[in-house]
Amino acid sequence: MAATRMPNAVLQADQDQSDPVSPQSTDRAAWERTTLASSLDRLPRRQESFTTLSGLPIADLYTPDDVKGIDPLKDIGFPGEYPYTRGVHATMHRARPWTIRQVAGFGTAEDTNGRYKYLLDHGETGLSTDFDLPTLLGRDSDHPMGLPEIGRIGVAVDTLEDVRRLMADIPLDQVSTSYTINASAFVLIGMYEAVAKDQGVADNLITGTCQNDILKEYTAQNEYIYPPRDAVRLVVDTMEYAAKTMPRYNPVSVSGYHIREAGATAVQELAFTLGAGHCYVTEAMKRGIPADQVAPRVSFFWDIHNDFFEEICKLRAARRLWARMMRDWVGARDPRSWLMRAHSQTAGVSLTAQQPDNNIARTAIQALAAILGGTQSLHTNSKDEAYQIPSEGAIKIAVRTQQILALENRVADIIDPLAGSYYVENLTTRLEEEAEALLRQVLDRGGMVESIEDGFIQRQIADSSAAYQQALDEKREFMVGVNVHVDEDEELPFEHFELDPGMAERQIKRTRSIRRMRNQAETAAALKEVRAAAVNKENTMPAVSRAIRADATVGEICDVMREVYGEYSPPLVY
Amino acid sequence: MKRPLRVVVAKPGLDGHDRGAKIIARAFRDAGFEVIYTGIFQTSEMIVRTVLEEDADILGLSILSGSHMHFAEEICGALREQAAREVLVIMGGILPPRDIPKVKEAGVAEVFGPGTPTARIVEYVREWQGAA
Repeated sequence: MAATRMPNAVLQADQDQSDPVSPQSTDRAAWERTTLASSLDRLPRRQESFTTLSGLPIADLYTPDDVKGIDPLKDIGFPGEYPYTRGVHATMHRARPWTIRQVAGFGTAEDTNGRYKYLLDHGETGLSTDFDLPTLLGRDSDHPMGLPEIGRIGVAVDTLEDVRRLMADIPLDQVSTSYTINASAFVLIGMYEAVAKDQGVADNLITGTCQNDILKEYTAQNEYIYPPRDAVRLVVDTMEYAAKTMPRYNPVSVSGYHIREAGATAVQELAFTLGAGHCYVTEAMKRGIPADQVAPRVSFFWDIHNDFFEEICKLRAARRLWARMMRDWVGARDPRSWLMRAHSQTAGVSLTAQQPDNNIARTAIQALAAILGGTQSLHTNSKDEAYQIPSEGAIKIAVRTQQILALENRVADIIDPLAGSYYVENLTTRLEEEAEALLRQVLDRGGMVESIEDGFIQRQIADSSAAYQQALDEKREFMVGVNVHVDEDEELPFEHFELDPGMAERQIKRTRSIRRMRNQAETAAALKEVRAAAVNKENTMPAVSRAIRADATVGEICDVMREVYGEYSPPLVY
Repeated sequence: MKRPLRVVVAKPGLDGHDRGAKIIARAFRDAGFEVIYTGIFQTSEMIVRTVLEEDADILGLSILSGSHMHFAEEICGALREQAAREVLVIMGGILPPRDIPKVKEAGVAEVFGPGTPTARIVEYVREWQGAA
């Protein structure tokens, strides 16, 4: 088609340089028989077959035949309208570019608060917090297992006072903050609420997000405490509670990121993530909470990996499938329940410690995919994140990458520009269909919890991870600088991030002093209430909130739940 | 005939990022070794106990959280005191280069960083076995 619309002069010039007889194929089969076949004789394909990073076959090219079953109105539609393939908002990035949200966290609350201010000073528009392992696992800093890990991979939080210092001078009605925490999320949500209210922020102005997606901990990241069923109950507690006390807060950010980083394919990431979201909403419904009360505040978090088109299609497919799941599967009526609002992060697992400057290029391209896929917020990895907490210099390049995309490349100026591409629409549909089929397999087995308890999901991910490693070992997949284009004798660079050596000691001292100074009777009574709520299967959050105010620590509150629910020990699948 | 090598693969500490540990466990299993994967959340004492109870030849530690010095010293120290014979301790994960001599001094025989093909680790273990 395009050729016939070209001015005659140009067409003439082309013909002069090519074969005297230039066939004009009327369909793909004809093109394959004639033009392609004769070309392949001279120039064979460079590999036998092509697939996406997730293993879906890629044909030579896509044509109108490949989008025949896709209805431009019903399946693609318009942004801000069901099924939201083209985006959750009518205006998308033309009204407000995506939020630049870099995750940060290390050392004590004061250390991380300093990093927040650095990021905001450099044009970041939202905050995101990583917590250290003891906090993530509901242990106080002075717990014997906590000691070697204090402040290493995130900020240490034991008490409400720590969160106060973490959020110092950050106006919680203006800057939205995300907390990356899961097993002990219910405590941190309570602490965040308390600090926001102390700042004088009205309930309906408190913004923010908590990851609080416990299911993927059992399948991917492994930061769980309690058995899955009880842990899901706690998630639903927070959803019900936040809907009442902080209606604009997102209590759950269902995360494909960790599933993908653990080695899953894009299809598995879609299926198990949307499956988790579905599980939380339906578990709430089983407790008599209407879907429309909780689903509008469920948000999502995706990994943006190396396959550029597949990742764009993944976000489009996720929106369409989630909208259908919420509207048709669970019967949500409020259109806000149908929206798959997304935070994205470039793929940490794609970064290499070797030739780390290459990570800047990887991250920029992944960021572009996230934007073209219609993300609402974005974290771009820093080039040194393969081996350390990012240095300020590296994090600045990562933020600047997003600013270049927003301000120089014009990619924020157009909504869903790849819609209508034969390949993109075809791949979007294939991803949606494959993900739905896998998700239905999970549901047929009893659901997400059952498929975790019997190791089905873990095995799926472990198999994909092993297959990818084998492909790397056999050089069927490439990592530049690692298994191809290697710099021999490369000295791994380290602008090493040093944690303050006195940090752990200061943290423990503060926690112990707060434990000593508080009103012991009040704290004990509050913890007793938490236990009673858990035992009686009531919503635990009001009691947790009171315990936080009584200076109970993260470890103490989580210990109460440990006594009631027990601790989880998983099937070992590898 | 020699019995197959017995390998304990362990994740010390609170970090749950076990993609590497599982990949190595699978690679060792595929290489014909007997593999005991401890799972996550292991203390030094738990790991040492597993090595002794399983009469393991090799201990593979996977650490990504930055706590490698702490665990290298604790675990290698305890093995030296308690094990009846030499246990080969190898480590995988993300370590700053300047910490590598330090963990080796603590008793770790070799460190395998990100991007190491699994075949190279298997080969290393076989060479050690041949030399022993």
